[in-house]
Amino acid sequence: MNLILFTFIVLLGFTSYYFGRKKAYTIQSTKKRLTALPQFYGYYLAIWCAIPAFIIFSLWAIFEPTIVKLLILSDYSNQGYLDDELNLIYEKTKALSRGQFTGEITPFIEASAEKYLSLRSIAQSSKVVIVLSAIIASVAYAYKRISSNSRTREPVEKFLNAVLFTASLAAILTTVGIVFSLIFQTIDFFKVIPLFDFVFGTHWYPAKAFVRDSSEALDPTMYSDTFGAVPIFAGTFFIAFIAMCVAIPIGLMSGIYLAEYASYKVRQYAKPLIEILAGIPTVVYGFFAALTVGPFLKELGTSMGLEVSAESALAAGGVMGIMIIPFISSLSDDVITSVPQSLRDGSYAMGATKSETIKRVIFPAALPGIVGSILLGVSRAIGETMIVVMASGLAANLTLNPLESTSTITAQIVVILIGDQAFGDPKTQAAFALGMSLFLVTLCLNIVALKVVKKYREKYE
Amino acid sequence: MNKNKEQLLNKRYKAEQRFRLYGQSAIFMALLFLTLFIFKIFSTGYSAFQKTWLIVPVTFDAELMMLEKNPSKVDIQDADYYDIALKSMADLDLNANEDQENELKRMVSYFFEKEIKNELLNDPSLIGKTKEVYLTASDDLDQVFKGNYPRDLPEDQRRVSDYQLKIFDQLVANGKVESKFNISFFTNADSREAELAGIASSFMGSIFSILVCLMIAFPVAVLAAIYLEEFAPKNRFTDFIEVNINNLAAVPSIVFGLLGLGVLLAIFQLPRSTPLVGGITLSLMTLPTIIIAARASLKAVPPSIREAALAMGASRMQTTMHHTVPLSMPGTLSGTIIGLAQALGETAPLILIGMVAFVNTIPGSPMDPAASLPVQIYIWAESAERGFVEKVSACIMVLLGFLITMNLFAQIIRHKFEKKWS
Repeated sequence: MNLILFTFIVLLGFTSYYFGRKKAYTIQSTKKRLTALPQFYGYYLAIWCAIPAFIIFSLWAIFEPTIVKLLILSDYSNQGYLDDELNLIYEKTKALSRGQFTGEITPFIEASAEKYLSLRSIAQSSKVVIVLSAIIASVAYAYKRISSNSRTREPVEKFLNAVLFTASLAAILTTVGIVFSLIFQTIDFFKVIPLFDFVFGTHWYPAKAFVRDSSEALDPTMYSDTFGAVPIFAGTFFIAFIAMCVAIPIGLMSGIYLAEYASYKVRQYAKPLIEILAGIPTVVYGFFAALTVGPFLKELGTSMGLEVSAESALAAGGVMGIMIIPFISSLSDDVITSVPQSLRDGSYAMGATKSETIKRVIFPAALPGIVGSILLGVSRAIGETMIVVMASGLAANLTLNPLESTSTITAQIVVILIGDQAFGDPKTQAAFALGMSLFLVTLCLNIVALKVVKKYREKYE
Repeated sequence: MNKNKEQLLNKRYKAEQRFRLYGQSAIFMALLFLTLFIFKIFSTGYSAFQKTWLIVPVTFDAELMMLEKNPSKVDIQDADYYDIALKSMADLDLNANEDQENELKRMVSYFFEKEIKNELLNDPSLIGKTKEVYLTASDDLDQVFKGNYPRDLPEDQRRVSDYQLKIFDQLVANGKVESKFNISFFTNADSREAELAGIASSFMGSIFSILVCLMIAFPVAVLAAIYLEEFAPKNRFTDFIEVNINNLAAVPSIVFGLLGLGVLLAIFQLPRSTPLVGGITLSLMTLPTIIIAARASLKAVPPSIREAALAMGASRMQTTMHHTVPLSMPGTLSGTIIGLAQALGETAPLILIGMVAFVNTIPGSPMDPAASLPVQIYIWAESAERGFVEKVSACIMVLLGFLITMNLFAQIIRHKFEKKWS
């Protein structure tokens, strides 16, 4: 229904464009000067057709469900139901009206479902009528304005400008959405679990916090010693550390080699090949780590008499490091290439070899940029999910042994939220609290890294 | 003194060579990882494109099928195939006892009844006759035939019994086992049985998600980039937007999954596990990538173009829409494709919004529950059955094939259509 109406409105829009332009031509044929190109007359009319439809559509989408719900539940208002029960009744009504209801059908609910259906059909038809009449009214108004040959380009351009501006707000809206989705659950979580226990507790067993019966009161003592995030934070930074131990030397050295030593040909082929590593989906790395690297390390360890878990931090961290190599190599390559040639020439003139120049002159000059790229790499490593979920353990051990399994923030979020979630349950909220800490940590890293890189760029521009 | 100097110089030259070697070996290592990686995926995955069939003589006994004389099409459709299917498997070894008959039955997929039925539906004249029918081998025997199965394990540690292996070897010796291209891998939906599992459902899920993502992210990002690059006044607010975009580009993908879960599912009540929600979540993720690419390519359009248009009396909006934006499109498009390729490989946010549910139907619209290719890789990689290992690799090959094609496409657009301003 909505789709038909929508198509119809789009068609109306095109027709109004056509009529607007035609009007402009008739004005032109009477030897009057147009105030804008004929298309603008068309756009003007089309915009006036689309705006009221759009506004009514969105208002309807926002208010219709609430009003229908109010009307349905007004039948039950004097019978002393609780809010939760009323919500349940409403859900049942909706399910029944869709024919998806399983369970006992009471006459009450049947009546409500019928009422629901009739309300919906009334709403639908009144929507069609209101939208169409609004379009007719506003198009008629706009047509009158066109006929009097008033300005059309300025309003159209103003409208376009507003559309462009709204689009640019999308980035802010996304950030707001992230904060919004995280913050409420996090606050609820900290109402049950004290912040202190979360940040300094050393035991993390979210499985202990089974889904609670909603009739039971929330008992905070039940969760003591369940949500201590220290092992998770430690695991996250530990795995990121292992990853950086792989990524920094390889990435940095390849970046330096590509920027300073490599011939044009080598650079032309090696650079995109290394960047392929960045394009491989992380789930593929995870599979590689779990299927190949993990068992390989285990076998290697056993042959040396070490006990290696099949899901070790080393496997996950190592593979993650491979993934991060291209980030560090490309960024440091860029940074090193943008160091001014005069610095190099000065150093060579003093008799320094190439490697001495790189180590003593270029590297210090490029250091801020390199640090920035490393920080971005760290932020990637901390936020990486699939490799850890697949290759490292899911049990949160507090350990610094790379051969044992550890868990990370991201892996725990996935473990908790995979499958069905019950909102309002401390376990689910814990995942959001972890997400919040992840967001904050990576945000700080990103801001610092971007600042450092930007400052560095300005220095040599 | 002179000797000392020479020694020092030698030392310095050695250090120079060492340093060079470090660089070379770093690049070598990175490329080694890449080759190792691709080799591993291909060597485990290529066999999934072949499927093993057992050729079993089936007697279409009308009595056993409960068919009367001269049955109609509907009768054939409704006939009972279980008995003849069982019998034809049991007849592989005439001396089999009841347990062994059961084992014989498990040598083929549980789909075998339907395969026999299709045979008869294609040729109803087969009633009362015997014909050799191709039946899908069970995933374990499939692996045995491909040589991936550890046959020398003690019997109690593997799922294939010695008896099944004996019969299977006889069949192989008689040429009754054949390997053909695995079409069902591309046409079947996911299944709990490795031999029947295919990527069709997750493939469609990926396509739908990417389409939704494209339809939302591309227009919004391009419009935002136009505003920021061409119209925005330089003030604190636009600076703030800019900082936001740069930060969003580096926010971990799983946080977007939490956004999808907390806002799209919990507040807007959109249907769970659907490519619609997945696509919206991915579009928020790709938005900054496309904005950054579009801005860069708008910036690359030389000011002379704008000045010429303005000088001819075009308004700023006309200049932008008629000249700057079309000229920047190749760069924007290739940036969009690269962003979409990233989104196509994304797994974590989709898991959070429930696209990991087991879906054994092929979705027909973005509103149907579905998985996506990377999520399918994750699901299969987590399942213990041996038959899934090669499926995972094959699925990865399909996914990588897609990503490579998209990236090549982006390159081509960039090189073919982008104007070089000198």
